[in-house]
Amino acid sequence: MGAKADPWRAALLSVLLLAALLAAWEWAVKGGGGPAGPAVDEELAALLSPAAAAGGQTAMPAPSDIGARLLELLSDPFHRRGTNDQGIGIQIAWSLGRVAAGFTLAALVAIPLGFLIGMSPLLNAALNPYVQVLRPVSPLAWMPLALYTIRDSSISSIFVIFICSVWPMLINTAFGVATVRREWLNVARTLEAGRWKTAIRVILPAAAPTILTGMRISIGIAWLVIVAAEMLVGGTGIGYWVWNQWNNLSIADIVIAILLIGLVGLLLDRMLGLVQRWVAWQE
Amino acid sequence: MAGIPHRFAWAACACGRPHVSGFVCAPEAPADGTGALGQAVNEAALRAAFPNPTMRRALLSAFGAGTLLAALESVLPLGTAREALAQPAGAPEKRDLKIGFIPITCATPIIMADPMGFYRRHGLNVEVIRTAGWAVIRDRAIAREYDAAHMLAPMPIAMSLGIGVAQPIPFAVAAIENINGQAITLANKHRERRNPVQWRGFRFAVPFDFSIHNYLLRALVAEAGLDPDRDIQIRAVPPPEMVANLRADNIDGFLGPDPFNQRAVFDGVGFIHVLTRELWDGHPCCAFAVPRSMITDTPNTYAALLRAIVEATAYSDNQANRREVAAAIAGPNYLNQPLTVVEQVLTGTFANGLGQVVRQPNRIGFDPFPWHSMAIWILTQMRRWNQLQRDVDWAAVAEQTFLALDAGRAMRELGLAVPDSPLRTETILGRSFDPRQPEAYMASFAIRRN
Repeated sequence: MGAKADPWRAALLSVLLLAALLAAWEWAVKGGGGPAGPAVDEELAALLSPAAAAGGQTAMPAPSDIGARLLELLSDPFHRRGTNDQGIGIQIAWSLGRVAAGFTLAALVAIPLGFLIGMSPLLNAALNPYVQVLRPVSPLAWMPLALYTIRDSSISSIFVIFICSVWPMLINTAFGVATVRREWLNVARTLEAGRWKTAIRVILPAAAPTILTGMRISIGIAWLVIVAAEMLVGGTGIGYWVWNQWNNLSIADIVIAILLIGLVGLLLDRMLGLVQRWVAWQE
Repeated sequence: MAGIPHRFAWAACACGRPHVSGFVCAPEAPADGTGALGQAVNEAALRAAFPNPTMRRALLSAFGAGTLLAALESVLPLGTAREALAQPAGAPEKRDLKIGFIPITCATPIIMADPMGFYRRHGLNVEVIRTAGWAVIRDRAIAREYDAAHMLAPMPIAMSLGIGVAQPIPFAVAAIENINGQAITLANKHRERRNPVQWRGFRFAVPFDFSIHNYLLRALVAEAGLDPDRDIQIRAVPPPEMVANLRADNIDGFLGPDPFNQRAVFDGVGFIHVLTRELWDGHPCCAFAVPRSMITDTPNTYAALLRAIVEATAYSDNQANRREVAAAIAGPNYLNQPLTVVEQVLTGTFANGLGQVVRQPNRIGFDPFPWHSMAIWILTQMRRWNQLQRDVDWAAVAEQTFLALDAGRAMRELGLAVPDSPLRTETILGRSFDPRQPEAYMASFAIRRN
């Protein structure tokens, strides 16, 4: 890993790899012609998918099929044709809304609490066991409990986002606050800054990059979780959309959803990355 | 009601009402308030007169409900109240309703009533919401996110008895949705193993523990001498995942709802081994379920909704309408399936996956009447497999959960013939089941868990 790679050559290689993969995929699905299946009469053939009529199973869609479907979906991403048929743009907006709500709540709880824990070794020791036990719980394990107690499916999914994104922020905030350089705190004390002023003017800027790292981890987890939560609960959102296309065994739509979920996740991460760069400091 | 198609043959009768030949004149029972509404008035009156539940129960067990009501009746005009409730409904108390459904053809009447305007015709503004699975639909119905819901017929019984839920929640089957219309689909590699005796070690999927599918599959393999808990594996799998699991060789077959049997054939993954109508012709499958409190809290809404559902059910049952109904529900807003798959299910002209085109117009039927005999059979199976771990008064539970009187009234108002008794002898897997003697039927099983 010595010399820095030429970005143009790297990009070219990326594109070539993708093209090779897609070509192989396309060929594997469509190429070769396939063995001619048993001849079936026309009436029967009309009742079956083309692959089944030829004696096989419906195959994986080829990249060209997926591309065509992607264009179709993106040509009208915000349509509303009834409760259960809404465009993919609307579904992503629903998911983003839920993530924003759960994530904001989590930040409102985790950052102040993390400050307290970070500033007080006593609280840290007292709360640490709970945090350690609750942190590794799979967010979906919370779902039945949430549905049972909250009795509202959309608030339940927001709660699940909240509960899974709260831990990384809490732990990182506490860590960032606890590891602020002693000299800086001492300087603040010599300048007779109050507790509040020290927290806002010294600790917060010093811990900000660590807190932002926690937030980046959290938003990634939140975006992972919302898809699964919406698959369980249904109604709206990109996760529900995946479930719905799974229902229809429409693999092309699922591939597209995977692509879009990845892109949106990347975008969310980049946004927080920008904020992180803004608060970063160097000695 | 002219123009409403129906599945019964008319016969002229002196009572001036149409009904099936061979049936006696249906008594105008519900008009006197003996249906579920009348029951609700009685309960409310008892509760009002004796607010202390301990005392009420003590009095009830000492004197019996009849005596107590008679005593109350001497001071309160209960009869009038019951009749007032039973009169043709006024304006619905609540017009905007949410109804949850699972995207399967069993839900046809609940779904098609939306695009085809049956809810609107009865003054209701209904939003039908596709839901991810049976447990979710149950929880959302309990949480009142839904005003009413598409459920498997055994679910309201289980919920009312407190099985599979934290505490008993009184739900009821206001109308049956579909009869028949399910199938056993096997993986293509099992083409030569068509006899249940050869199924030892098979892994089967059913939609839910509390489903007619589970009970029918268990009864079928038990008849063949296999123990459903030991000799085969039965898993609860959401219907949409059944085809994918079959394709992945994760299961050997499933007894599931359509369109997924047909979808397995369509995708070349499996073949239809047997339609469930050959196991029990006329078996119930899915139900239109309401919380019992809806009947008392919003009686007019309940009545209007029930009429809309019964009318939609009768319309769906007419063979002449099946293609139109298929086109209305196949799209992305409802079932989200290829039209040809839904059509094959509803018209009964279908590919069976063995290279043949089968013509069975009665593959699926829609009949709203919630026979108590169905409920009692379901209860025998819940008891047989130890889901229900105590003895209950089967006839009483059936009456509480399968609201035959209310559905009968709605059917009569729409000019459909109504059976004179909610009990009939069923023929299930070649055996006769007399709902008046369920104990004898229970005693006849060699394989059971209770």
